Amino acid sequence: MISPPRIHRNMILEVAGLTMRFGGLTAVDQLSFAALHGEITALIGPNGAGKTTVFNCITGFYRPSAGAIRLHHPGALPTDLHRLPGYRIARAGLARTFQNIRLFPGMTALENLLVAQHNRLMAATGWGIGAVLGLSRYPRAEREAVETARRWLQATTLLDRADDPAGALPYGAQRRLEIARAMCTSPTLLCLDEPAAGLNPRESDDLARLLLLIRGQGTSILLIEHDMGVVMRISDRVVVLDHGRLIADDTPAVVRAEPRVIAAYLGEGGEDEAA
Amino acid sequence: MAYALQQLINGISLGMIYGLIAVGYTMVYGIIGMINFAHGDVFMIGAFLALIAVLLLQLGGLMDGPAAILLVLLFSMAFSALYGWTLERVAYRPLRGSFRLAPLITAIGMSIVLQNYVQVSQGARVKPLEPLVPGGIEVFREGGFVVQLSYVQMLIVGVTLAVLAIFTLLVTRTPLGRAMRACEQDQRMAALLGIDTDRTISLTFVIGTALAGVAGTMYLLRYGVIDFYIGFLAGVKAFTAAVLGGIGSLPGAVLGGLLIGLIETFWSAYFSVQYKDVAAFSILILTLIFLPTGLLGRQEVEKV
Repeated sequence: MISPPRIHRNMILEVAGLTMRFGGLTAVDQLSFAALHGEITALIGPNGAGKTTVFNCITGFYRPSAGAIRLHHPGALPTDLHRLPGYRIARAGLARTFQNIRLFPGMTALENLLVAQHNRLMAATGWGIGAVLGLSRYPRAEREAVETARRWLQATTLLDRADDPAGALPYGAQRRLEIARAMCTSPTLLCLDEPAAGLNPRESDDLARLLLLIRGQGTSILLIEHDMGVVMRISDRVVVLDHGRLIADDTPAVVRAEPRVIAAYLGEGGEDEAA
Repeated sequence: MAYALQQLINGISLGMIYGLIAVGYTMVYGIIGMINFAHGDVFMIGAFLALIAVLLLQLGGLMDGPAAILLVLLFSMAFSALYGWTLERVAYRPLRGSFRLAPLITAIGMSIVLQNYVQVSQGARVKPLEPLVPGGIEVFREGGFVVQLSYVQMLIVGVTLAVLAIFTLLVTRTPLGRAMRACEQDQRMAALLGIDTDRTISLTFVIGTALAGVAGTMYLLRYGVIDFYIGFLAGVKAFTAAVLGGIGSLPGAVLGGLLIGLIETFWSAYFSVQYKDVAAFSILILTLIFLPTGLLGRQEVEKV
C-alpha cells in the first residue's frame, strides 16, 4: 500500500491529487508527493510513466485536470502554481530546464544569463526607460547582473565561452548553460528534466557536483533522471512513478530494494530504460 | 551626372521613410511571426496626427522653429504608439494561439477599418500643407541644372538616423531589448524565465508604431499632401523593403527601405513615372523567388 502523502513542516513543493488527462488517456493519476527544502528529490520511472507530464503541470505548460500544486515559502502563504500564467511561476521562485535544450541560440551565453535576470533589471531601471536615458541606477544594476552571470559561468566552467552564441557551444556546455540560466532567476526550487541525458561519464560527474553545489547554496532541486548512477548518488529522496501512479517515495537505498520498483523497471512491459 | 546626383538625394530621403516603416513590419514579424498589414495605415494616421499638431500649433501661433517641429514629431509618435498599442490589444492579442491565418486576416481587416475611420472623420479630400521647412542648399551646378539638397531632406535623414540609433541601442543594450530578442527566439521559454511576454509584445508594437509616426511626420513635411489612402502604397512598399532586407532583420529593413527608395526614384527618373510601383513590386516578386531570406535575413533552420 502507498502511504498517505507526507505532510511536512519544511515542504517546498507540494503536489496533491494531481491528475492529468489527455482525451481518454490518464497520464497522471491522483499523484501526491512533496519535495523538501534543501533536498534533491528525484522523480524516476520507466518511459511513459508521466514524469515529464508532471513537470509540465508544475511549470505551467499544462493545466492539470484535477489536483493542486503549491510552492511553499518559509514564513509566507504558499503559491498555487496550477493557477498562475507561466511568467508568474518563474517570479514565484521556480525555474526549470528541458529535456531538449531550449537556450536562445542566437544570443551569447552571457546574454542568455542576463535575460534570466530580466525582472530584477527592469525593476531596478524603471522599466528600461532609465537605461535609455542613462540614469545612474542602471549601470549598477547591470553590473550586478553581469556579476551574477559571471559567477554561474564560473560554476559551470563556461567563463571563457561567455561571448560565444549559445547555439555554437558543444552539447554538454549547452546543458550546463541551461542550468546556469535557470539559476540566474534566483529560484527557490530548480526543476531539471533529464540533465544528464547524452552526457559522458565524466560530464555526469561534473553535473552531480554542480547539483550538490546548487543544493549547498540553498536551492532545492526536483529532478527527472534516467541515469541511476547520478540519481542514487546525489538524491535525498526518490519518487517513483509507473503508469502515472506513485509506486514508491523514499530514500534511494530503500527505493532501490523495493520490489515494485524493480518490477516496474524490469518486469511486465520489458521497458529497458534502467540504464 | 548632376541629374543622377539629384535622384540619389531624393531616393535616399524617400528610402529613409520606407526604412522607418519597414522596421515596424520586421519587428512585429520577428516577435510574433505575423505580418501586421495595418502598419501602413498607422503610418498614415501618424501623418494625420502630425498635420493636426501643426494646425493646433499654428492656431496658437507657435508653429515656429525647430522646437515646434520636434513637438509635432513627439505628438505624432505618442499618439501613433497609442494606436499601435490599442491595435494589438483589441485585434491581435485575443487571437494569440489561434491558427496562423487568423491574425493575418484580422490585420487586413484592421487596415480597412483604419482607412475608413480616417476617411469618415477627416474627409476623403487631399489635405495640403504649405512647406514648413522651406529652402535648401545648392550642392552642385552643372550647365543649367542645379542639384538641390533641401533642408527637409536633411531633416529626414538626420531624424531617421538619430531615431534608428536610439532604437538600435534599445534593442541591443537594454533589458527590454534582450527580452524582445528572447521572446523572438522562444516565447514560452522567455515566459518561464519570468518575462511577461504579453507586455513585451505590446511594447514591440508601441515602438514599431512610434517609428511609423516618425515616418508619417517626415512624409508630411517632405510632400505636404496627405490623404486617407497613402498608408496602403507606402505600407506595401515598406513591406517589400522588409522582405528585400530579410524579414526579421532590423538593419535589413533599413537597407531594404533605402534600396526600394532608390530603385523607385531612379526608375521614375530614367524610365517612366507611371510604372514606378511596378518596378518596386517586381523587386518583391524577384526577391521572393530568388532570395527568399532577403539580403540580411538568416536562414530558417529546421529544428530536428
